[in-house]
Amino acid sequence: MPAIVSAKAIHKHFGTLHVLKGVDLDVAERELVFVIGPSGSGKSTLLRCLNRLEQPTSGSITVDGIDMLSSKTDINHARQRIGMVFQSFNLYPHMTALGNVTLALRKVAGKSRAEADRLGQAALERVGLADRAHHRPAELSGGQQQRVAIARAIALEPKVMLFDEPTSALDPELVGSVLAVMRSLRESGMTMVVVSHEMGFARAAADRVVFMDHGLIVEQGAPAQIFETPSHERTRAFIGQIQRH
Amino acid sequence: MSSWDRFLHTFFNLQVMEKYLPDILSGMVLTIELALAVVVAGLLAGLILALIRSLGIRPLNWLIIFVVDIFRSLPPLVVIVLIYFGLPAAGLSASAFVSTWLSLALVLMAFSEEIFWAGITSTPRGQWEAARSTGLSFSQTLFSVILPQALRITIAPLTNRTIAITKGTALGTVVALHEILGMASSAVSNSYNPSPLMMGAAAYIVLFLPVVVAARWIETKFAWKR
Amino acid sequence: MEEIVQAFFNWEIASEAMPIVLQGLLNTILLSLMVVPLGLINGLLLAVLAQSHRRWIRWPLMAWVDFFRAFPPLVLLILLFAGLPFAGLELNGFSCVAIAFFLNTGAYYGEILRAGIESIPRGQVEAARSTGLSATQTMIYVVLPQAVRNVLPDLLSNTLEVVKLTALGSVVAVPELLFQARQAQSVTYNATPIVMAAVIYFLILWPVVRLLSRLEHRALVLRG
Repeated sequence: MPAIVSAKAIHKHFGTLHVLKGVDLDVAERELVFVIGPSGSGKSTLLRCLNRLEQPTSGSITVDGIDMLSSKTDINHARQRIGMVFQSFNLYPHMTALGNVTLALRKVAGKSRAEADRLGQAALERVGLADRAHHRPAELSGGQQQRVAIARAIALEPKVMLFDEPTSALDPELVGSVLAVMRSLRESGMTMVVVSHEMGFARAAADRVVFMDHGLIVEQGAPAQIFETPSHERTRAFIGQIQRH
Repeated sequence: MSSWDRFLHTFFNLQVMEKYLPDILSGMVLTIELALAVVVAGLLAGLILALIRSLGIRPLNWLIIFVVDIFRSLPPLVVIVLIYFGLPAAGLSASAFVSTWLSLALVLMAFSEEIFWAGITSTPRGQWEAARSTGLSFSQTLFSVILPQALRITIAPLTNRTIAITKGTALGTVVALHEILGMASSAVSNSYNPSPLMMGAAAYIVLFLPVVVAARWIETKFAWKR
Repeated sequence: MEEIVQAFFNWEIASEAMPIVLQGLLNTILLSLMVVPLGLINGLLLAVLAQSHRRWIRWPLMAWVDFFRAFPPLVLLILLFAGLPFAGLELNGFSCVAIAFFLNTGAYYGEILRAGIESIPRGQVEAARSTGLSATQTMIYVVLPQAVRNVLPDLLSNTLEVVKLTALGSVVAVPELLFQARQAQSVTYNATPIVMAAVIYFLILWPVVRLLSRLEHRALVLRG
């Protein structure tokens, strides 16, 4: 399968801090890649480089054939193809759920209000929140807000979805609803890169698990392999720590 | 003469500036005196009013709120004119200094009372209760527990408001007060040259820019979280 | 007592002066309607520019804002009114007021709006950008609506100050409320017109002051 996301030799410095030390990552179409690692390992930074929310110090990133790092690239246009879901949801508090979902449809994709509303409503239905379209974020639970955030991202029909710790800010009983949406996305064939601690989800749904530590990819492979028979000492130590919880 | 030279000769004429420098300096002294007098009187009066309000006597509170609202609604210039030109009609007289001082102090009193009051009421009830339950009296609680905490919230809006009001010292010109603007204006008419005005402007910058910068610094200093 | 009423609350003089004073009120309102939007536009421009990543834009901007906040508006006004003629530019009082207020109130509005913009969490901008919205679109549709809502009390408070500031126009013969009142006062040798002006200012602005008091109190308590 051709790689839809191709990151090569990514280095990222924050001042003197060398956060990414030469990372290569290819993601094939329809693949669900799960990125794990201790905090500070650079996994979120890597994710945010993929849609250029962070600018790598060096390296190259291609998504769906677009050179993400070139100054000639229309980054706003490119970002329509990449959906991102954040740990803190980041819904616009001054708009309804539908408003959140349709803003980019109207302003970036140039859809008419009627068309945008139709597509937005459809996206909300996919995440099971069609009846909450006219509620404001403050009136929704954390899990519902995150699902609206997912709807906001998928409404633009991206080729790749990036998830930055999507359930880490949720109360445990709300996590399930979000994971269910992510599972259904996967089933519909979406390419997904997920940074998360939800190991159960990884085991069940991931095609590939990538373990990062100190700015480098230490090991990657099928979930069964990484969780049961990791080859590297550090991977073993990390998995051991997680499982003890 | 080139047009640049003409410009300098008109607006930055050294001879004229030298001649009227003493006037501008005396104007600066007066401005400083006036500003200090306004700040001390205004803040003190505002604090006292806020403290009285904390006693919770209804009719008194309404009176305070009414007076405060008046001086928050009226332009300071109107108050100055009212006092200076109005009082003689009632048989009293107020000098230019007193009129300007009184008006600005009353305005600062009104604004600072609101700010102090907000600071006092925003301190949680629990603080009052805890302090009183350990036996502290009303005034001990007020001064040792409540006010220090209230201060943190009030510092930023208070410095902003105080600076804004003390810039009103320039309004004294309207009643012929010999502060900076007044001195500069008469110097301009006497010498038929605008250089004294440029000096006056520089004098204000010298006086107020450091204050504004210091205020920014104070604001950041007091931004610590509870 | 009788003297005081005659001096300050003289009905005859009040009715004579009423038309003049009301004309002044009209001009004050017109002046405010012109000056407030000008200041807001200037402030918005300053606040948005202050978000620039380039230091050579931010620092001069900060200096500009600090300068016009430090400089007394009356001095600025006189400088323009009395000083510009020497440079060959004779501007009438009205234009001088417009320029002076544009510069002065723009700086104050700019600071308020800047604080508002900076109070919006970065996550909002990131989410918007990640959906392909440009920086400008993000500012217009996501950041500014929230920022303005957050600093509405401060904006209102500053607008109140600007309306009061129009009284300065009286110093350069702009026929606003205070000027008209003083004209009437000097003609009648009676303080009643000035009392009338004060009462009018109070009647118009007091509702705003009350509203503001409530808003500010709530905001301050929340912030604590």
